[in-house]
Parts: sequence; structure tokens; C-alpha cells
Amino acid sequence: MATSSSLSPSPSPTHSTITLNINGEKHTLPVDHRTTLLDALRERLELTGTKKGCDQGQCGACTVLLDGRRAVSCLQLAVAAEGREITTVEGVAEGERLHPVQQAFLDLDGYQCGYCTPGQICSAVAVIEEHAAGWPSAVTDDVRPEAGPPPLTADEIRERMSGNLCRCGAYVSIVQAVARAAATRAGEGDDSAESAEAAA
Amino acid sequence: MREFGYQRAVDVSGAVALLDADPDARFLGGGTNLVDLMKTGVERPARLVDVTALPLDRIEPADGGGLRIGATVTNSDLAAHPEIRRRYPALTQAVLAGASGQLRNMATVGGNLLQRTRCGYFTDVTQPCNKRTPGSGCPAVGGEHHNHAILGASGHCVAVHPSDMGVALTAFDAVVSYETADGPGELPLADLYLPVGDTPHRETALPPGALITGVTLPPVPVAAHSRYRKVRERASYAFAIGSVAAALDVQDGVVRDVRLACGAVASRPWRARTAERVLTSAPADAAAFAAAADAELAAARPLPRNGYKVTLMRNLMVAVLSELAGVAKEAAR
Repeated sequence: MATSSSLSPSPSPTHSTITLNINGEKHTLPVDHRTTLLDALRERLELTGTKKGCDQGQCGACTVLLDGRRAVSCLQLAVAAEGREITTVEGVAEGERLHPVQQAFLDLDGYQCGYCTPGQICSAVAVIEEHAAGWPSAVTDDVRPEAGPPPLTADEIRERMSGNLCRCGAYVSIVQAVARAAATRAGEGDDSAESAEAAA
Repeated sequence: MREFGYQRAVDVSGAVALLDADPDARFLGGGTNLVDLMKTGVERPARLVDVTALPLDRIEPADGGGLRIGATVTNSDLAAHPEIRRRYPALTQAVLAGASGQLRNMATVGGNLLQRTRCGYFTDVTQPCNKRTPGSGCPAVGGEHHNHAILGASGHCVAVHPSDMGVALTAFDAVVSYETADGPGELPLADLYLPVGDTPHRETALPPGALITGVTLPPVPVAAHSRYRKVRERASYAFAIGSVAAALDVQDGVVRDVRLACGAVASRPWRARTAERVLTSAPADAAAFAAAADAELAAARPLPRNGYKVTLMRNLMVAVLSELAGVAKEAAR
């Protein structure tokens, strides 16, 4: 990576050697600056869990976590991801123990063909954290902080997951899986998330 | 995609100097629009100056009681900020109505304001487009324009600005700060976007090479009672076919203060100043809201296949204002 605050923009090379921090491991590789994070993961580092769908930021299949926040890796240049903590679907489990979102997708059949599933899972992991942090959504009636966090209803889950398309149409069970995983995170006594699962 | 150089700027003066030295360079924020356009060949920069590491990622109190939003604040952080949610709720609603959670985490405030139109002719390099290739023509005027402009357009370009955030910022009199190699400057957001005229390729009044460093919201007490509503062709994750940001203060049944702006109707977020004038000191009822909307839309010049937008925007303004006033919108019919 080239870092500059100087006045000397020397002829800028079109390649750099970068180090990416992925799932807790450092990977150093030379890249053409045109390389997206998605292509670096899949074509260079054999981390093929992350899927390429539209390659235009419209489908969410390539969703990964950057510093814990979900992002589409098809619009993220690899060179610009240096220094970020990258988590792919290969990195969300704790060893052999599946992430609660993964377990819920398995238990509730939150997929059909499975192609969008890694993106759905990465997105859902972040959605649950965003909700726990009190972030409102476009369907939250009252966004003022005094109103408190909105219950994670099926409508809230659908809105928050709307950046992940599923061409098989497995949405009903995806919503249920996200609700169950959120309830697991909150402790089994979270009525709102459980009712979302029931409503979905 | 054309090959390009990449540099990560660590301070504002360095970033501006890098761009000043290379007219073929572009600033890279979240990349959600620029990288996409580079893939399709609409944008072909020789160098990207990554500005996401600049210390412009804070939302802080501004002199005079407003808020200053740094240019690299992400859409997500803007929408979630407690002071924004409390004092300018329509801004949070507008941001959350745009894009997806993934894109909002990446996209920046500065980049949002400078994003390009989603007109299908602009984004298709095999098509003529006066905005992309000046003088080549505008196929949208006689072609696919069901989601194009009804206000402020010209025969040279009928594209709309796609931002939701910008609509709320425009309603609340936001001011854009920028930096150039010659020093800093400011522009009211209402003056950021140039009239279309016969130069649709000239989109903003920013000096060449300028870097947006922040957006300042003045104190707008009425904004605490505000609402953003967006109409689109599906329930979520789509660009608007029409949107309204409104704030309303009603006392004793009379409009004391009102802010109104419309999205997806023009080449820029459209501040509805005519409607605001009609409404000020008017009774806060649906009939007055309809009269104000009609006054604003008297300037509308719809194309053959987007006349529906005039009706849609009228009803949308009436609905949002009625909701804020707590009166039934049915009285307007």
C-alpha cells in the first residue's frame, strides 16, 4: 500500500503487495489494484465460501465482515481493505462449534440451493449485532433514541436483511433462522425475537 | 477496467495535493458507486486517492448549536447517531431508506452527495449520454424515462439525483465544507448542484479537485418533528421513484414553520420553497397542504411517460404533512 501526505505523486504503480488480515490470519500477496476483495478471497486465497453473484453490489452473496461490520466484497478493492479485520463465512464459527446463525440456518432450512447462504449468514451475524446496538431500521416507527430499540419483528428482520437476495425464495425460513439466532444471543427469554420466529 | 494507481491519504492537505497534481485522479470513499462505475467503464480514473483513513469520521457539535458531520462518516454511523435521531429524525429515516445495510456500512457522507445518477443510459457506455459524453445526445428524453425528472430538467438531460440523504440535508439547510489546494470553502447544499441547462456533465459548483470535508447542519428546531417517506417499486433496497422530507411546527392549528424537500424528481434534491411559502401561516389542514403541493408542482414539466410522478409527489407531500400535523389527509380529496 502506498501512503502519502506529501506533494510528490510519483508515477503511481498499478500493483501493490498487500497484507490482508482474514479470519485472524495474515495473508501477504501482490495484487493488481483492480482486484476486488471478493476476487482476492476466491481466486487468490482459495477462500471460496464467499460467493460471487451480481458483482455489482446488488445481491449480497459476497457479504463479509470488515471490522465486524457487513460489507459487499465485490465493491471493496482489496488494496483498500489492508489494515481491516476481515471475517468471511469460513471464520464465523468458533472452531468446530457453529455460530448460532449457522446452526439456526441448518435447523430451520434457511436455504435451498445454498449459493446465497454464506452471504446471508454473514449479513445475519451483523444484523443481530446492529440490532443489539440499538440501530433503528427503515421500518422502525420511531427512530428517536428515547423510543428505545425496536423489537426484532419479522418485518424488522426482512428490512434489515433486504440486501441479501435469495433466488430460491427461502426467505420464510431465513427470517425464522435469524429470529432464532437473535433469541439465542439475547438469552432464551427474549420474547420479541421468539415472536418474530413464530410470526415468520 | 483501466489500470490505476492507488494511494491512501493520511491528511486532508495531502489528499488534495495528490488530486490537484493529477486531473485523472479521483477520491475513493466507500467505493459503492465509483468502483461499480469503474467496472462498467463509465469512470476511468488513472489514480485513486483513498480518503477513508482521513480524520473526518466524527459527528460533533458545531458553532451556533448545530452538528458537523465529517465527510467520511459512514451512512450507518450517521443514521445511528443519537443526536441525529433526536434532532433530525428525517435524516436518519432518509439514510436508512437508502441502499442496504452492507452498502450503508461502506458508503460515506461525502460520497453520497457526489454519487452519480442511476439513469440507465448514463450507466451504459454503449449509449449516447450528454452527462457522460457531452454533445452525444439524451436518449432518455424520447426513451425509458418513467423514473426521470419532472422538475428543473432540460432537453439535454432528464436524469435524477439518487440520494435519499441529500433530500433531508437539503430540507434542513445543510452547508457543505470542502478543501482545495488553494484553501477551504463552503457551499450551501442548495447551491452544490448546478442547474442542468446545456451542461449536464457539470454537476456541482465545487472547484476542480475539491475534497468535501464535512456537512454542517444548523440548529433547526422544527426538524425534531420531521419525517422522510420514500416510494419505490419494491418494499426495500431500491431507488426512489419519489420521496419527501418534511418538518412541521403547528401551533393553534396554524403552520408556524415548515421544511419540505423532494427526492427523485430533479437532478438535485429539490427544496420545495414555493410550497413552504404557501404553507407558512396557513391553516395546518389537508386542503392547505394540497394547495402548497400544487403550487410547488405548477413548475413540473413531466415527460410523456412520467406524468404519474406529479400526482405521486402531490399525494406524498400531502400525506407526510398530514401525518406530521396529525390531521386526516382524506379531506384533500
